[in-house]
Amino acid sequence: MKERRLTLALMDPPYESANSTTALRIISAALAKGIDVNVFAYEGAVCLPLKDQAPHANPVKGTTVEQEEHPTTKAFISSLLEIGKDTPVLTWVNCGLCVDERGAGNVVEGVKRGSPADFFKMATESTNTLVIPTK
Amino acid sequence: MKRYIFIESRDPFESRDTQFVEDTAVAVKERGHEVTVFLVQNGVLAARTSVRRLGRLAEAGVTLLADDFSLRERGIRADELAPGIRESGIDALVDALVQENTKALWH
Repeated sequence: MKERRLTLALMDPPYESANSTTALRIISAALAKGIDVNVFAYEGAVCLPLKDQAPHANPVKGTTVEQEEHPTTKAFISSLLEIGKDTPVLTWVNCGLCVDERGAGNVVEGVKRGSPADFFKMATESTNTLVIPTK
Repeated sequence: MKRYIFIESRDPFESRDTQFVEDTAVAVKERGHEVTVFLVQNGVLAARTSVRRLGRLAEAGVTLLADDFSLRERGIRADELAPGIRESGIDALVDALVQENTKALWH
């Protein structure tokens, strides 16, 4: 069977829009089907795998960190990179200029640094490309 | 013939841009292409029978799918969906995206 590969371009920062959740669901579903996935994170999306993210308690509800089980996007991405470390492969590239602008260089293991040229290469080598822009 | 997937994430009551997606989907279908509109996030709010929004897409032969996760988040049951709209998983979207000769547009 012909190799299938999907490229996604993401732009939304974490905890801003349901777009991030949907994108992570698409990546997860594609990997489960054995489809290779490329992600090019642009603008605020470079903060999705930020290592400094920390789960928090909820003082309004009076819950602790453990009770709240606050999901962080870095944890989701780490899990997806673990699933996609061999076959199928998940390649996650953060836009380097966007990273520098935001001071967002401390990312989880497996995230690469690149440029829009990487996105162009990813798109030309993929079965399809989905751009999920900010509103 | 090409395949087109329009992914509508926006609430039709929040943005009139959703009308543009509807118009484009119908126009592409009329030109003989295979067209799917996948409703996700607040886009599923248009899928309810009571809203009566997407009838002309169904009449035009556009495939209408509504993301099950988004429906559940918003308390919309499958039996509330308008005729011609089917509940679907994100798997169906992934399957459609990796078909050859397919163009995908997120809105």
